[in-house]
Amino acid sequence: MATQQTRALGKLAVSPSVVALFLWMIVPLAMTIYFSFLRYNLLDPNAACAILSPGSLTDPANRCLAGFSNYSYFLTDPAFFRAMGNSLKLVGWVLGISVVGGTLLALLLDQAFYGRGFVRIMMIAPFLVMPTVSALVWKNMMMNPVSGFIAYLFKLVGLEPIDWFAHAPMTAVVIMVAWQWVPFATLILLTSLQSLDEEQKEAAEMDGTPPLSFFWYIVLPHLIRPMTVVILIETIFLLNVFAEIYVTGTAGTAGNLPFLVYQYGLVANDIGGASAGGIIAVILANIVAFFLMRMIGKNLDA
Amino acid sequence: MARTVSTRRKMIVTVLAWAIGLLIFFPILWTILTSFKTEGDAIALPPKFLFFAWTTENYGIVQERSNYIQFAMNSIMLALGSTFFALIIAVPSAWAMAFAPSRRTKDLLMWMLSTKMMPPVGALIPIYLIFRDTHLLDTRGGIITVLMLLNLPIIIWMLYTYFKEIPGEILEASRMDGASLGKELLYVLTPMAIPGIASTLLLNIILAWNEAFWTLALTTKDAAPLTQFIASYSSPEGLFWAKLSAASTMAIAPILVLGWFAQKQLVRGLTFGAVK
Repeated sequence: MATQQTRALGKLAVSPSVVALFLWMIVPLAMTIYFSFLRYNLLDPNAACAILSPGSLTDPANRCLAGFSNYSYFLTDPAFFRAMGNSLKLVGWVLGISVVGGTLLALLLDQAFYGRGFVRIMMIAPFLVMPTVSALVWKNMMMNPVSGFIAYLFKLVGLEPIDWFAHAPMTAVVIMVAWQWVPFATLILLTSLQSLDEEQKEAAEMDGTPPLSFFWYIVLPHLIRPMTVVILIETIFLLNVFAEIYVTGTAGTAGNLPFLVYQYGLVANDIGGASAGGIIAVILANIVAFFLMRMIGKNLDA
Repeated sequence: MARTVSTRRKMIVTVLAWAIGLLIFFPILWTILTSFKTEGDAIALPPKFLFFAWTTENYGIVQERSNYIQFAMNSIMLALGSTFFALIIAVPSAWAMAFAPSRRTKDLLMWMLSTKMMPPVGALIPIYLIFRDTHLLDTRGGIITVLMLLNLPIIIWMLYTYFKEIPGEILEASRMDGASLGKELLYVLTPMAIPGIASTLLLNIILAWNEAFWTLALTTKDAAPLTQFIASYSSPEGLFWAKLSAASTMAIAPILVLGWFAQKQLVRGLTFGAVK
């Protein structure tokens, strides 16, 4: 068993990561909370405050305290509702597509066929593509309304090509993000399928179990746990989609919450407003995380 | 014993799987093909699949236009640097948690996982201002620090699940033989831990290479990696698809190759060991 000496060494070994992660989590969060209560614009740190409301309360750096006004401003900005809606639409659609598509693809890859290893890497490859590359490839070579490949296919079957980014920007973003995340779901569900007992499969086959009820009573219950894992992990990443919106220039139509915070802060230089938005994003992520952790906790205990 | 599968069924599945596989892979395939076309052929209608004048001129133009080598060097430095420093911190931690667990080890691991839940935008503004004031914006050191901290929880979890699989009896046996802690680490545990560390390294290089929030927000030129290099193609400039394709191919090729080897590690790392 662990002796006194190893226990002390253990603490020493763990502490650098704990300290690093603690600082990484707490310091920026505390600063964001603090900034969210300030009237703080990088272009004029304290001038506007002194002019607009002389004699108001200031912090040691002479910045005006703003109370909850950053929050009320951010929360009543019409852009907030649009961004919020887009965030939820993106997460919801991509999750749905990933779980259903991922399950189907994993079932397919679990069959015996020629060139399985190669097909598997083709199906997983999109997940390894840098987000900025995926966004620009889809926006140009695939979805361009004139010379894009999808427009060509539409014309081939006699349909009018869609100008995706003008008329259906959200659908376009969902397609390109789903293209990256379905492979992730496939990979995880496939890994789990392959751990399904071979004997169980054989027994079911000998008993003449119809494929559908085999799927429903044996395979699906086995996949519930990896599915919750997929949902948890994809939600974390999908709530933070940024590059796809940054490079496709769809901020005005398909922009999500992270992008709105970025615009407030690094584009409009409104540090107070951006911080309030950041805190709202943190709260939302925590609500989601709370339910997901409970869901996952239930499955992991079993 | 393998199940017997009828040949006919196998053929049908083969055709179906290849068709779907090619469909999913198509955007990547199309990008690679387009990178060898002239700009005229790149937008030709109907699209040209294989019968076009193959050229490699785009690769040369991309380098001239925006100094690909510098961006690629930054990507390599950021991926390797952040992985290296994260491993230095993470290996002892994961080690201690796996071999000398205390009552709080489980909670500590869950807490580390929870730091991944924090959306980056919650930290963006302070980090940006701190970096601006300490002149770390657009420096390799600054981005390496951020990427290291970003992936540290995943690295620790992954190493932990690998170290957990090393049988404890081996340790006890070597202790019985009178091996000191130092010898135990060097001769017994390290060789057994190398595969796990290598897998973790591979996964983290992939994650760091593709990271596209912090690298876009905190770099402009000097420390900008390939994510930023590709983003510079987001404003169209005349005919540019062949060049964009060449740039994209160069940005994703190394990771596609690494990913080929790292499929299993991806699963374990990204699910925090919940799916192996």
